[in-house]
Amino acid sequence: MDTDRLIETLSSGLQPVRPLRAPMIRALLWLAAVGALSTALILRFADLAVFWQRVSVPRTAIECIGAALTAVTAVIGAFEMSVPGRSARWGWLPMPPFLLWLAASGAGCLANGLSLYGADGFIGESGSCFVFIAAVSVPLSLGLFWMLRRARPIAPAPVATLGTLGAAASAAFILQFFHPFDVTVIDLTLHLAAVALVMLIGGLARRPLLAAA
Amino acid sequence: MSTAPTPEERDRSWSLLMSAAQSGDRRAYERLLREVTPFIRALVRRHCSNHADIEEMVQDTLLTVHRVRQTYDPRRPFSPWLAAIAARRSIDALRRRLRVSRHEAPEAGVYETFTDAAANNDLEAVRSAEEVGQLLQRLPARQRQALQALKLQELSLAEAAAASGQSVAALKVNAHRALKALRSLFAPRTP
Repeated sequence: MDTDRLIETLSSGLQPVRPLRAPMIRALLWLAAVGALSTALILRFADLAVFWQRVSVPRTAIECIGAALTAVTAVIGAFEMSVPGRSARWGWLPMPPFLLWLAASGAGCLANGLSLYGADGFIGESGSCFVFIAAVSVPLSLGLFWMLRRARPIAPAPVATLGTLGAAASAAFILQFFHPFDVTVIDLTLHLAAVALVMLIGGLARRPLLAAA
Repeated sequence: MSTAPTPEERDRSWSLLMSAAQSGDRRAYERLLREVTPFIRALVRRHCSNHADIEEMVQDTLLTVHRVRQTYDPRRPFSPWLAAIAARRSIDALRRRLRVSRHEAPEAGVYETFTDAAANNDLEAVRSAEEVGQLLQRLPARQRQALQALKLQELSLAEAAAASGQSVAALKVNAHRALKALRSLFAPRTP
């Protein structure tokens, strides 16, 4: 088919479409929905007294802020990069808060004397953290991908990476409300392993999940 | 005397045409696609000099524009949106070509047939079109669709992509996989 005939074919079969809302608005909608849902769960199930006691330590507060900002910026970056013509710099937006989150968690490990053992032994409660982040990230990622796929990203890899990072960081932030002990090396490793696992799965399934164009 | 539009005027005009196209205006859409084709061709030439490859990249870009037209925000300039799609599709095509050239080499003898009937056993192993049809049914739907469109109906990549809703890249991959799968289905028949 020559290009002229292709143009005729495309224009004769044209159907009206509703332009997508601005990526920032769509990102804020997703964050608001997740924020409302997690607030309800936290108010119902979390021990807030323990949480407030933990975040009274600046290092832990910075860790929480780092995780929350990583989630927010990664989700905004994913929505921005799902649309053609947006700056690739959106992809780097979550990097500073991610490093902050990592640094604060690392400082927590140092404060614990780089002990490989938590209160409950080598793995102990850290295994539950891994399961929590992985399990909570899955529905969050699916909801996020459902919204992102409307844009049919032309470059799905960065969108999937940022999206899954956003979902996993959201899960890690929510985890802070159910995490009554300080971070150990094993704990941090398992947190990061859960985030990496979610990003890997999202990355591998990016084309069908995002309906890439 | 009319003067050529400035890039800003041209962009504004394309933006209005795309906005009308999003509302379903077919004439505006056709005019837009015709007007942007030389612009896309110029962008694609930065990545490639082969005429046939350029046209394939232009058509792939037009198909992608069609698929993602809902992502254009009429409040923003049109050209960067279009240029990003053209650049992406050009890079995809170049990567694809690189991948293929790494793993495949043209073989002159592959289409050769022989006057001695006994030498053509492989071809005769497939006894009828009906038999081929039955084997095709055993392929996954997208692979079957790609093979039927490209090899049996002999549609061009652009035509097949427009008809199937698959991207050109996906069609190529699915057709390649389908041929590979068919080869393995034929294999037990050959002595």
